[in-house]
Amino acid sequence: MIGHDQDRVLSNPRFRELVQQRSAFSWTLAAAMLVAYFGFILLVAFAKGFLASKIGSGVTSLGIVLGLGVIVFSFLLTGIYVWRANGHFDPLTRNLTKELRP
Amino acid sequence: MIRIRAAAAVAVLGIACFGAAVLAAGPDVGAVQRQALNWPAIAMFFLFVLGTLGITYRAARQTRSAADFYAAGGGITGFQNGLAIAGDYMSAASFLGISALVFTSGFDGLIYSIGFLVGWPIVLFLIAERLRNLGSFTFADVASFRLDQTSIRILSAVGTLAVVAFYLIAQMVGAGKLIQLLFGLDYLYAVVIVGVLMIVYVAFGGMKATTWVQIIKACLLLAGATFMSLIVLARFGFSPEAMFAQAVATHPRGDAIMAPGALVSDPISAISLGMALMFGTAGLPHILMRFFTVADAQAARKSVFYATGFIAYFYVLTFIIGFGAITYLMNEPAYYVTTPEGTYDRISGLIGGTNMAAVHLATATGGSLFLGFISAVAFATILAVVAGLTLSGASAVSHDLYASVIARGRASDQREVSISKLAAIVIGIVAIVLGYVFENQNVAFMVGLAFAVAASCNFPVLVMSILWRGTTTRGALLGGLLGLFSAVILVVLSKAVWVSTFGFQRELFPYDNPAVFSMPLAFLGIWVFSKLDSSRRAEAERAAFAGQYIRSETGIGAASAHVH
Repeated sequence: MIGHDQDRVLSNPRFRELVQQRSAFSWTLAAAMLVAYFGFILLVAFAKGFLASKIGSGVTSLGIVLGLGVIVFSFLLTGIYVWRANGHFDPLTRNLTKELRP
Repeated sequence: MIRIRAAAAVAVLGIACFGAAVLAAGPDVGAVQRQALNWPAIAMFFLFVLGTLGITYRAARQTRSAADFYAAGGGITGFQNGLAIAGDYMSAASFLGISALVFTSGFDGLIYSIGFLVGWPIVLFLIAERLRNLGSFTFADVASFRLDQTSIRILSAVGTLAVVAFYLIAQMVGAGKLIQLLFGLDYLYAVVIVGVLMIVYVAFGGMKATTWVQIIKACLLLAGATFMSLIVLARFGFSPEAMFAQAVATHPRGDAIMAPGALVSDPISAISLGMALMFGTAGLPHILMRFFTVADAQAARKSVFYATGFIAYFYVLTFIIGFGAITYLMNEPAYYVTTPEGTYDRISGLIGGTNMAAVHLATATGGSLFLGFISAVAFATILAVVAGLTLSGASAVSHDLYASVIARGRASDQREVSISKLAAIVIGIVAIVLGYVFENQNVAFMVGLAFAVAASCNFPVLVMSILWRGTTTRGALLGGLLGLFSAVILVVLSKAVWVSTFGFQRELFPYDNPAVFSMPLAFLGIWVFSKLDSSRRAEAERAAFAGQYIRSETGIGAASAHVH
């Protein structure tokens, strides 16, 4: 792609809308994953007693529930991303490429 | 020609496997650990090998172009690729190792499972689609998209080969030991069988055969682990609480297995391990390569979604298997090395070591036939992982070093593929030799080292070249080298190598994993040296970002689906 065409794409409002929305969305999800995971790691490092506490009258500890929770959370996040990308970003990309095609 | 060669390879392998089994049946006093020959396991593994060689034979006939060889012609669907990624990623070490960790210390096993999983969402959100839009065969295609081909390709190839070498050594030694235990084969035979099979898969069948080996292995592993977990859960009326209660009552450490224990001793180690696992996943060359086997960015995205699902499910299963092993095995002396008085160590006394927890549980839940199945699956698992690694290493040699650096883009497709096949053979032979040399070394740190290098060299270079306009060749090169060398040197100075391998009194680097230092160092190096770079080339590279940015975000101009 040569310089002139590039400027045309970069200043295209649809292109700007797509990349702004998508990067905000994917960085938010990435941040959520980082917070969940390193939050869990910091609890393991600093709050062993908290993770050892029992959730009910049985033996199951909060740590096990939270740990399995992080696993489920990771998968849910990927699901949310794919759902939004399929339903929202793909149509935006398609419209954009159609518009840019000479 | 290829057909004849593939057929000959099938025949030779069949004889090799059978011959090795027969030879190994002879008396051998030296190998204390070796078990009696496990015929059901050998028969089932033989079936797996025959099936996959059949696939390799077919794939070899369909593999003509470089796109076929490196990327299976781009004809893999998102779902298939998700399974193949899972098959590439779920190693025997994570199956047996994590269930063993849960068996010995309960909760601590979960820390590793989670670490191995959480890199995947990051790959999806930041890398997968852009990678597919920008590259065609290797991640170096992407890292060098607007940077200097020679230096960035060499850096990426070195990063790839380092990860592949460390990972392969760990896998080969693990394979030899495991097969000795499971099949009753000699260590050397096991290493040679693994090495020869991976050469055949990769050199004849390329990415297509490797993909199908990984898909089949993923299905077998998930099916076996699901079956075991269901039997365990059924025993407790599908109540995890009942299973945990029984485990706490049985385990010598009692209630301590429900809480963080000794695995993570200090906060720095915990965070460092976490960083290596999370960002290392996003820098593993054999995994990144898989994104080029699908048609477009959309399929790449779906493959990560499916892969994350399969891998998450698998780690939940290993957790259940670990607890199942506690409840099933710890009261049964039959699974332990016992003293004449009949006492045994419930944690470390398992026959064959704690890594055999899942294997013994297979006997306890499904009898000897199921034991054979799980043993064969463990062998298949190793094969699928080493095949992916070999293909990735061979591609770094042929596509990055040969085609781009030595031939400067003037090599024909045919020649590039021939070089790749040759490289696969050489890597396979080197892996066999290294596996033999390292037999009695402690190689447990090698997987950690592979992840640390991936997180400290490949990942920063890739991410910065895709996402930051300011990245220049000089910055990426110096920052990447800084990450690579600091990771390797800090591991050498850590306890696992400095004390355990070299025999020095005290380690010079107090933590097990270097990522918390080496990864930021790489990012910092890329940033500083790029900022300081005021050469004309750097100006051109910054200016070229716009074109790369448009293509990475929209897929306009991306390499097509390769399908013909």
